[in-house]
Amino acid sequence: MSAAGEVTTAAGGMRHRDAFDVETIRSDFPILGRAVRGGRHLIYLDSGATSHKPRQVLDAERDFYTTHNAAAHRGAHLLGEEATDAYEGARARVAAFLHAEPGEIVFTKSATEAVNLVAYAMSNAGTFGPQASRFSVGPGDEVLVTESEHHANLVPWQQLCERTGATLRWFGVTEDGRLDLANIDELINDRTKIVAVTHQSNVTGVVPPVAQIAAAAHARGALVLADGAQSVPHRPVDVTALGVDFLVFSGHKMLGPSGVGVLWGRRELLETMPPFIFGGSMIEVVRMEGSTFLPPPDRFEAGVPAAAQAVGLGAACDYLDALGMDNVAAHEEALTVHALEALAGIEGLRILGPLDTSERGGAVSFVLDGIHPHDVGQVLDELGIAVRTGHHCAWPLHRALHAQSSTRATFYVYNTHDEVDALADGIRQAQKFFGTV
Amino acid sequence: MYQEIILEHYRRPLHAGLREPFDAQVQHINPTCGDEVTLRVSLKDAGAEPVLADVSYEALGCSISQASASVMADMIIGKTVGEAMQISDEFLKLMQSRGEAEPDEDVLGDAVAFEGVSKYPARIKCALLGWMAWKDATAKALGERETGEQA
Repeated sequence: MSAAGEVTTAAGGMRHRDAFDVETIRSDFPILGRAVRGGRHLIYLDSGATSHKPRQVLDAERDFYTTHNAAAHRGAHLLGEEATDAYEGARARVAAFLHAEPGEIVFTKSATEAVNLVAYAMSNAGTFGPQASRFSVGPGDEVLVTESEHHANLVPWQQLCERTGATLRWFGVTEDGRLDLANIDELINDRTKIVAVTHQSNVTGVVPPVAQIAAAAHARGALVLADGAQSVPHRPVDVTALGVDFLVFSGHKMLGPSGVGVLWGRRELLETMPPFIFGGSMIEVVRMEGSTFLPPPDRFEAGVPAAAQAVGLGAACDYLDALGMDNVAAHEEALTVHALEALAGIEGLRILGPLDTSERGGAVSFVLDGIHPHDVGQVLDELGIAVRTGHHCAWPLHRALHAQSSTRATFYVYNTHDEVDALADGIRQAQKFFGTV
Repeated sequence: MYQEIILEHYRRPLHAGLREPFDAQVQHINPTCGDEVTLRVSLKDAGAEPVLADVSYEALGCSISQASASVMADMIIGKTVGEAMQISDEFLKLMQSRGEAEPDEDVLGDAVAFEGVSKYPARIKCALLGWMAWKDATAKALGERETGEQA
């Protein structure tokens, strides 16, 4: 690869220009320098599961522990103050990343917990008086999801319906994995309490028309939650323009540490939304007879917060903003175009999802005739190529796309066009090994 | 990991397909990948201990899980439940060995080929899927016999 980040692909001699110098970026990620099986270079194509961390993020986390560590929001001492400042600073940093207000950012342990927070807040609404009625769900009400959801944005809603007697409904998907909106007017109706939809599929990369769905939902008075686990790390997201009420995502998929996730919610909704997890830090007054609770975001953050992780996430936002999220998106789009081309040329390979990058992000899942994804993954692993195999926590979507499971490659800032070519070569080697071509 | 014996069983699985009669049927799923096996056990009385008259199965999964079910069925059909259980225990030990075991070929037969799988923690479940289903189905079949005897 040249210094300018321009490469010629083996496949068709096409030239791709990177949006930034990938080699410089790679040097920030210590793990990319390690050897894997048989001393091979690591080719990491599993950032959709979790991303690697640049040393700037690792340093920020370490610096918190080595110089400021204390329990945030407690303690009448200097370290306590510094830890609180660092934690609240991280909140402001994440808010700026999304064009949101700091008070609208709730730190959770994961995107999964953030979805559960809203789902449990809704089933707690019955005991939080008339001001929480906006969130109450019961028999006759409907909760609307989609067939393409990650289990994290599906199972909590199934369970909410089980607990409350509400009915779960869902958008189906078309053959190429896009949402089937043909019956949107019937699915979004006056009984709909909340619509939970992915902002980018972790299997097909499909980017659903979230703004259109949100407008239809709001017209019927329903709430809208978007799962941004696969979108926020990969392209610019402005919550003021997105049109939804809640957005969830996790830190570890966007160069940040594991153990920290985010729920963004509209301030006026967070004000009246009942809490989910109860305990210290979230109370106003506690008496033996009962307790009152703090305003948001503290109301939703019981227990000593994961301050170091939040600080690390703040550093990840710095890192991504320095690259420019438009550039990140452009880089991944180029890799995705390249991958779709390279894989389309492989006999017996079927890509799950759209074959072009229109309203589609950088997750490329595929099935191979006669070779199970586990076996594809195993052969690739021997070549140093890390991919995801299985149903990627989206079992219903796999069923809908007539796949028992699939192999998935996902891309991020540190991936190169050479790595995409290595993937295509590796798939061909697997076919040769299992004698399917 | 992909020993020729494994690939051979994968390409041409032995005793595959679901057959009648059977005393118990189970379905086991590997939740991380969605692989499935449906397995039937048919017992017959011969001497002091019930014998596995037939083990039939339908497996949807990777080469390791399919080959393992094939090797298993071929090894245990015709054995007493006790003998098969001993092989199963030995196989489980091999899978938990992280490549450090010295498998007993006299007990494990073709199943020693799976030794390499034990070095890949993510694949151990694949190799065990059929065995776990067989254990479950056999326990179920034996349980039903006991209930039947009591009634």
